[in-house]
Amino acid sequence: MQIEKNAMAGTLESSDALVTVEPGEGGIELEITSSVMNQYGRQIRQTVLETLERLEVKDGKVTVVDKGALDCTLKARVECAVFRSCDKSAAGIPWGGVIK
Amino acid sequence: MIKRPKPERFRLRRTMMFMNAQKPGLIKDAYIYGCDSIMLDLEDAVAENQKDAARFSLYHALTTIDYGATEVIVRINGLDTPHWQEDIRVCVAGGADGIRIAKCESAQDVKTVEAHVEAAEREFGVEVGRTLLMAALESPKGVMNAYEICSASERMLGCAISGGDFRKCMQTKFQKDGIDMLVARGQMLMAARAAGVQCFDTVFTDLDDNEGFEAEVRQNKAMGFDGKSLINPKQIRLVHEIFAPTEKEVMQAEAMVRAFREAAAAGIGVFTVNGKMVDVAFIPGAERTLKLAKACGMYEGDLV
Amino acid sequence: MKNAVGRDIPDFLLANGKEVYQGKNYMDGKYVKKASPRTRIYERPQESKIVDSLAQALRDCGAKDGMTFSFHHHLRNGDFVVNMVMKAAIEELGLKDLTIAATSLGEAHDPIADYIEEGKVIGIQTSGIRGRMGQVVSEGKLKTPAIIRSHGGRPRAIEAGEVHIDIAFVAAPTSDCVGNCRGIGGKSNCGSLGYAMTDAKYADHVVVVTDCLVDFPNMPASVEAIDVDAVVVVDSIGNPKKIASAAARISQNPRDLMMAENVAKVIASTPYFKEGFSFQTGVGGPSLAANLFLEKYMDERGIKMGWAIGGICGPMVEMLKKGKVGKVIDVQDFDLDAVNSINQTPGHFEMSASQYANPANKGAFVNKLDFVVLAALEIDTGFNVNVLTGSDGVLRGAPGGHPDTAAGSKVCVIVTPLVRGRMATVCEKVVTVTTPGDCVDVLVTDYGIAVNPLRPDLIRCLDEAGIPHVSIESLKEKAYSIVGRPDDVQFEDKVVAVLEARDGTILDVIRQIKPYTFED
Repeated sequence: MQIEKNAMAGTLESSDALVTVEPGEGGIELEITSSVMNQYGRQIRQTVLETLERLEVKDGKVTVVDKGALDCTLKARVECAVFRSCDKSAAGIPWGGVIK
Repeated sequence: MIKRPKPERFRLRRTMMFMNAQKPGLIKDAYIYGCDSIMLDLEDAVAENQKDAARFSLYHALTTIDYGATEVIVRINGLDTPHWQEDIRVCVAGGADGIRIAKCESAQDVKTVEAHVEAAEREFGVEVGRTLLMAALESPKGVMNAYEICSASERMLGCAISGGDFRKCMQTKFQKDGIDMLVARGQMLMAARAAGVQCFDTVFTDLDDNEGFEAEVRQNKAMGFDGKSLINPKQIRLVHEIFAPTEKEVMQAEAMVRAFREAAAAGIGVFTVNGKMVDVAFIPGAERTLKLAKACGMYEGDLV
Repeated sequence: MKNAVGRDIPDFLLANGKEVYQGKNYMDGKYVKKASPRTRIYERPQESKIVDSLAQALRDCGAKDGMTFSFHHHLRNGDFVVNMVMKAAIEELGLKDLTIAATSLGEAHDPIADYIEEGKVIGIQTSGIRGRMGQVVSEGKLKTPAIIRSHGGRPRAIEAGEVHIDIAFVAAPTSDCVGNCRGIGGKSNCGSLGYAMTDAKYADHVVVVTDCLVDFPNMPASVEAIDVDAVVVVDSIGNPKKIASAAARISQNPRDLMMAENVAKVIASTPYFKEGFSFQTGVGGPSLAANLFLEKYMDERGIKMGWAIGGICGPMVEMLKKGKVGKVIDVQDFDLDAVNSINQTPGHFEMSASQYANPANKGAFVNKLDFVVLAALEIDTGFNVNVLTGSDGVLRGAPGGHPDTAAGSKVCVIVTPLVRGRMATVCEKVVTVTTPGDCVDVLVTDYGIAVNPLRPDLIRCLDEAGIPHVSIESLKEKAYSIVGRPDDVQFEDKVVAVLEARDGTILDVIRQIKPYTFED
């Protein structure tokens, strides 16, 4: 998918994450801040990158402000932000396809 | 990915706890409190502009979190909104046990949802017929049509009344003695029993009024409800206590079921318990009592 | 050298007879020589010890570079006195190379972090360390390793002469002109002054800082004029709102309540739950809520609690007033109900930190304790508990009375949710061992109960009462299945803090934190 415009998903509540996506200028630029960075920083980065790869997002600036979200929440927030950036989040989501 | 076992249409559902499907901190382990069913809510709890985000959360919660033996039902948005079709797709794809149809008013509403559920089951390769349905009756029209609603599909597990909206339609407010909803509760219960499905009472929203809550749960039990919708885990325990059978009831039920099984094994049609002839018609009720007793930790045998 | 909880203690710390932790009761029966405090003769009758300013008091007590100043933490996060004294010492007298020996420190003392960074404060000895001070110490900016001790370990170290206090500052809600202090009667009331008592007895000099001067004699005094050199009257010693909360309320959080109920169930299943039993609980959500459920079991069995100790708050005072507990003995007060009750309600007494928890005297209260209910930041599969360092390795907590009550009690119950956000509370290896696993008996979480295999007697009690329990390993696996297996926190080699066991042996060290990078 192509990130077409700025979009965000999630909240800054505990156990959640706020994910912002913006159109990029070649490649993925990922910025992560997390309340559990020392223990889970790498896993958060891996989950976000894998999710973007599944969605075939190759270009974009992605910012994650993590408040201790579990992997399933991180995935949901990244996916929602990307689908919102293309105005495709409301219907016809490929559940079990690229969303898994 | 978590694969949930095939849902049971008729199982123990004393407590159904509502949870906002959009709140990760809430839904991650709602099952630890021991409610029979959790009700992940896509409707009223989720803001209009977060319906999409809630579905992504819901999908991953359903496919990642091991809810164990706790039933997982999703309340979808009403048929008069632009959201319900995608809600159904995500529920079916994620493997929810059942769908609660908000603001259900007719058999046609059930059939409309059923058609979309079936289409989704085919789309996502889910066994057709797996996903159960239940109806939330929120208006006088819904209550008047309760019987046709409850009988509209083989997927129907039961119906529940939604007090807030119903009272508004009736131009009344919550009354301590339940007189505001007496007829609706009675009529819905009768319709559910006639259709052979379960029936659940509405939520009690004043978390500080323990006495009022207890009185309402006792009335629910006395009227014959199967269970109650809840808004807070701290309400679970009381419902389970009140819905528990007495020790005498458990002993009687056990004796009855045992005698029936022994008689059946020996090929005898008629049997007695404590010297009294017992009608076969009592057996399903006795088995239900034993299942309830088992869930309450009062029965450890292997008859159920 | 590895100690009994498997922690590697660097050899350079094992000088002057310092040993590594050997297991509980290792020092039992040994003789120890108490350090005799130096006093000063005030033979000439004195009308008053009031001096004009903190600076003057410091000068009168001969304050100079390299000294150790002590403080107590009854004013909790509302305390102004530590900052006030250090400012006078450093900015007015120009002192440097100072050591702060406090019974605990918190966010209220953030400004001290600047003095640490400037090298004016070079040593910290405390139970708790949090906020900016915890951060700068963890970053390796304190010149000498901080020394962390429990509430019982501190009076032990003072009495043994391991901590020599040059000047003790007593923040006193009321004092008279010669330094008889009490924790009540003023505008910054804190109730008990138990933590200040040992300091005042063993310091070379004692300065009382008060914002409410009362008529002589201020009786019964918690710190007595016979130990006091000077009295300084200031506008305010603290922020009353942060000293004592209005009233500690029992949690309504369903998760806390569920755990609290299980704590009470476990307690009620043991043979120690009988008429006259003794009890201590923390003020955290599920710990405090355990009171509520325990009362139900007490009523059911028709028994009463003999006595309760600890930091005290309203719900325990309430039980005392209802006659459900015989006596409450109190080292610190957490809310106004407790503050207003101490030495007022019959049966509510004050005690010193040494009397409360010191392992090196002839019988502290903790040694007769039946049950203690405590919280944890982390607990590992060896039942070792961490209440000091966060999951990022930064100092942000306090052992407090945790290790003392755990070691002394017959049944120590830890109650904590299995995970907090994405942090696994039950884990493979705690970042820092603050309470050794051989002192911890039962773990109650929202996902199940585990009993330390060292206590087969308690396992039998739970089994007989039909209370389900699982292995602590299975709880850890459950936690990791929810949040994922955490990476180990990365540290530099430099030791920034030494954690002493209550008996003075070394339980663990805290090393300088390493800035996080994504590289492996």
